[in-house]
Amino acid sequence: MSLLDVRDLSVVFQRRGEQPFTAVDKVSFTVEPGQTVGLVGESGCGKSVTSLAIMGLLPKRGNKVDGEVLFDGTDLLKLRRDDMRDRRGRDIGMIFQDPLSSLNPVIPIGVQVAEVLERHQGRDRKQALREARELLDAVGIPDPDRRLKEYPHQISGGMRQRALIAIALACKPRLLIADEPTTALDVTIQAQILTLLKQLVDDTGTALIMITHDLGVVAGLCDTVNVLYGGKVVERARRHELFAQPRHPYTHGLLNSVPRLDSIRGERLHAIRGSVADNIPWGEGCAFAPRCDNVVDACLEGPPPLEPTATGGDLRCNNPVSEEVAVP
Amino acid sequence: MTEPTTQAGTPAPRRKDERPGGGNLNRLGDRKKARLEELARASSGKGGVSLFRDALRRLRRNPAAIVGATIIGLFVLVAIFAPLIAPHDPVQRFDELTSKLAADNIPGPTDGFPLGSDELGRDLLSRLIYGSRQTLFVGVLATLIGLAIGVLFGAIAGAFGGWVDNILMRVTDVMLALPALLLAITLVALASRSSQWTVIMAVAIVNVPIFARLLRGSMLAQRESDHVLAARALGVKQRSIVLRHMLPNAMTAVIVQATLTLSVAIIEAASLSFLGLGDPDRDRAEWGAMLGDAGVRYFEVRPELAYYPALAIIVVALGFTLLGEAMREAIDPKNRR
Repeated sequence: MSLLDVRDLSVVFQRRGEQPFTAVDKVSFTVEPGQTVGLVGESGCGKSVTSLAIMGLLPKRGNKVDGEVLFDGTDLLKLRRDDMRDRRGRDIGMIFQDPLSSLNPVIPIGVQVAEVLERHQGRDRKQALREARELLDAVGIPDPDRRLKEYPHQISGGMRQRALIAIALACKPRLLIADEPTTALDVTIQAQILTLLKQLVDDTGTALIMITHDLGVVAGLCDTVNVLYGGKVVERARRHELFAQPRHPYTHGLLNSVPRLDSIRGERLHAIRGSVADNIPWGEGCAFAPRCDNVVDACLEGPPPLEPTATGGDLRCNNPVSEEVAVP
Repeated sequence: MTEPTTQAGTPAPRRKDERPGGGNLNRLGDRKKARLEELARASSGKGGVSLFRDALRRLRRNPAAIVGATIIGLFVLVAIFAPLIAPHDPVQRFDELTSKLAADNIPGPTDGFPLGSDELGRDLLSRLIYGSRQTLFVGVLATLIGLAIGVLFGAIAGAFGGWVDNILMRVTDVMLALPALLLAITLVALASRSSQWTVIMAVAIVNVPIFARLLRGSMLAQRESDHVLAARALGVKQRSIVLRHMLPNAMTAVIVQATLTLSVAIIEAASLSFLGLGDPDRDRAEWGAMLGDAGVRYFEVRPELAYYPALAIIVVALGFTLLGEAMREAIDPKNRR
């Protein structure tokens, strides 16, 4: 059985006096124990909303969440509020994008790590602080004794993100959701943090959902990748297949727009035409059609279905990129 | 090596020993080194520099803060040690003063009575000194009570939102719509028997909506913040989210407001006494009452009876305002370098 089985997850924003907006549209994917799964897409494609919906962190008011999120067989969406709260941080950990604003500015780092241990493992403050020290050490924070007593604004961005990882992994959750964990960091620090995440995930057997728009992160970390567009999964493939042979024009465009070291000097970067805002509702056709180079008549007649491919992935496209034109 | 040429006219020994330009540079270098060492010492200290200490350091560099703190420090010392400082008992009527009292004469400074007599033959200086106790007591207590109630209301409104928030905020709207002093007068008038406690409660209640409003606003901002979301993602209980994650971060604005409110509370309490709505006990020295009773009635005879208490009220209120403003600057994260 999969560790996490997301089935037909939909999130609709319903604000009073506004047209309902479907942010996540029947997204399904699974995460096996110990596996790393990527959710990839541009800003606004529903990546973060998916993760917040899984965690049950979307405000009740104004949001309609449908579908099933089976964690170890129990539907998280049907859990009572208190039960879900007990699972957060204990069974599922989460790392956010901005490490500075995700830490409480008035509480020392050590106490923030200890708080989770006190909450979920019933440790007393002294014991929890001792464990917090070990955790900070484990995520590669130098001089942990001193950092325990420091406040978030006193340590560097990389160290903050390490501290957040320590907090998220404190209770040894079976699933970790990382929502763009490297976006706010320097490139050099990004690599360190990714290496650390990979190592921790390998060591502890924690499954990881990696939410990112950075294909470099995907290439280094993920076992399978879900590409999202306009709230729907448009392509799903194992990492190697996705990079060797992107089938969906959107994936193809994303990979093409990555700058390459071996490209001819002076050559312009490829970009996907238009922006995420230039889409049509999935009900009327393929949301990507207005930006797609491969668009055919069928694309504007109705939503293409998600169909299995020969290589074991899934694809939602009427006219996929042929195998010969794959990324050079 | 440009120096020898530019200083061609100066005698050799001087050039060797002093080297004016180089000396200046060196002094600058020394200062820089000292600063670096200080920084190194600060950062190698145990634990970190807390937010509080950080704010304190910035306060010390602000002249307004130092002036304000000095005034308040002196005021508090005078209030605490009033029995030691005051030359006489503030209640006692002295024969040598009462004998000279007349409808058109109140004795001025004489031997043993540096500021002279009040309208009943008591020592004016002693009464002024003892008055500081009353002012401190009423001001601090009124502010603390107002703060406590305001924080409670604001925290509840900000933490729960929805209809609770709506009801509490409409109540504060009504209270804020009335002028503060008018509301305080009404509240005192409602009390069956006036005492210093009616003054304290009236001033406290007048300040409740200000604190509640302020805290509610920053609580709402905290509720949307990333670290509160992160705390929820860790399964932290609602109670600790409100008490540990939202409230401490929302309190800074309220604490600063409390310092500013101290001066307002002192003025409001004095105003109530001035209007004769304060403590009916005429023996108790109180600046507002001194100003109102004797100050007004005998202004033509001896204006000092009004000047001194008025000056005391102004200086103390100014002290709290200066410190409060400086604290706001120091704590405001936007001013952080």
